[in-house]
Amino acid sequence: MLVVKGLIKRFGGFTAVNDVSFKVDKGEILGLIGPNGSGKSTIFNMLSGTFRPSAGSIVFEGSEIAGLAPHKIINRGIGRTFQIPRPFRRLSIFENVALAGYFGQGGHSRAKADSSAERALAAVGLPTDRRARVDGLGAAALKKLELAKALATEPTLLLADESLGGLDEHEMDQAADMLRRIRDELGITIIWVEHIMGVLMRVVDRVIVLDHGEKIAEGLPAAVVNDPKVIEVYLGTDAHATRAVAAAAAR
Amino acid sequence: MNARNLLLGIVAAALIALPFVYRQPYHLHVMVLILIWSFAYTSWSVMGRFGLVSLGHGGFMGVGAYVTALLWNHLGVSPWIGIPLALLAAGALALVVAYPCFRFRIIGHYFALVTLALSGIVLQVITATRDQTGGSLGYTPERTKGSLLVALQFDDKETWYLIALAVWAAGLVIWYWVDRSMMRYAMEAISEDEDAAAAAGINVTAEKLKITLLSAVMTALAGALYCQYQMFISPDTVSGISVSLQMVFAAVVGGIYVALGPTVGAIITIMLAEGLRIGFGTQAVGWDNLIYGVLLVLFIIFLPKGILGSLLERMRAPGKS
Repeated sequence: MLVVKGLIKRFGGFTAVNDVSFKVDKGEILGLIGPNGSGKSTIFNMLSGTFRPSAGSIVFEGSEIAGLAPHKIINRGIGRTFQIPRPFRRLSIFENVALAGYFGQGGHSRAKADSSAERALAAVGLPTDRRARVDGLGAAALKKLELAKALATEPTLLLADESLGGLDEHEMDQAADMLRRIRDELGITIIWVEHIMGVLMRVVDRVIVLDHGEKIAEGLPAAVVNDPKVIEVYLGTDAHATRAVAAAAAR
Repeated sequence: MNARNLLLGIVAAALIALPFVYRQPYHLHVMVLILIWSFAYTSWSVMGRFGLVSLGHGGFMGVGAYVTALLWNHLGVSPWIGIPLALLAAGALALVVAYPCFRFRIIGHYFALVTLALSGIVLQVITATRDQTGGSLGYTPERTKGSLLVALQFDDKETWYLIALAVWAAGLVIWYWVDRSMMRYAMEAISEDEDAAAAAGINVTAEKLKITLLSAVMTALAGALYCQYQMFISPDTVSGISVSLQMVFAAVVGGIYVALGPTVGAIITIMLAEGLRIGFGTQAVGWDNLIYGVLLVLFIIFLPKGILGSLLERMRAPGKS
């Protein structure tokens, strides 16, 4: 469904992503992990059109999308969430989602946008009441809203950016289950970028590990967590993550 | 018919009937001015309400007025054709200025500065081509004998009042149309967070261009109308920086988030200008601009929703301030 080849992103003299290639199959949940500054968010921003790649190709369902504007990429069926939720506070919850439903599907029909919005809100478990305000939503609910906005664009591929940051353990489990349900029930393929590994490993089908802008490992979660290169990266940088890796491996 | 529509009907009928009942020429003149400027301020607020603060709308107004008058005087083109051409010219100018701004993300204060330059440039062009435009001394469309529909010249104030009233009402209709369209949601989203708006599938550049184009063309129409009514235009009255600032001031004072806000702003500014003119005569030249400036600062700090906006808010939620 998505084929990324030789993706490179340079910022001035700094190479944030260096020659990364991978594939995403229809219906899978692919985890994209790595320590801070490993280039996962940069890859993500190239997939969603926020950054233009310095080199390389991104082929989505047979056509090249590298360098397209964000709205064009969304119209082709790739939705995204933001790491830190970015709701439009001047609009109601419903309007936030309906807006994404309208423009994300090319801006044709308000009725269709409204029904997409209702479905998306129901899928993440937010009220479909049209007047409910964004103010007063907690961290977990804002993440749900972020997800609902992406779902309302009726994507076939969802890019979920660090959707667990700022949540407690119980909420993390719920969020992870929600992503799995979205794949299982709505048939949406997911690329999940995450800093926190434990919960992710439980849900994803396949993992890609990045470090310093390069892909250092790829495979099934159980195999990847035992990869010496991966252990080294996480041991050297983040003791908490290492424990999470160990815990996930134990499971 | 519900109560709201009934009230609307009564107000509309009263406004239309007014010049047939009340014929005091000076008062009618002030009302025509208020209607034309209300329309100009409404045009500004069509984009200004979304945080696109333009200080260049005097430029669009100037293009509307001067292109119409120049075509009439030099080529004998009727304003009925000249005005659409002037609107096209203003639209083209808006695209030329706004596209690079939006494409390269020049927003907020920087956008205001670029548009400020636009006011200055239009003013300079008018002054520099003084052989054709009369420069800073002003310019007069050639008079026809008596009222002539083809020339869009009318001697009686009643006709002008009705024309200005129709255009003003059209401005309000456009304001409401934008308010209810998806364009409004898109612009609200863009004004809060352009990246998040793009991630929702909004073509940020195109949406901003659309609203800017609409606003610029409307403003140019106000300029053309002002020209045909006053039969005298000068860089100071229809273009230039002071006109641009006056638009911002009036819209902000009246309230940029409500349809009739700019109209309230126009009533206040025109009354103020006329009051100063009559009360102090030539001694008070420029005072209105000084007062605008001071009041603008006070309003932005203490009453950002404007007079009408704050009033309506208080009426809707009594007890809450």
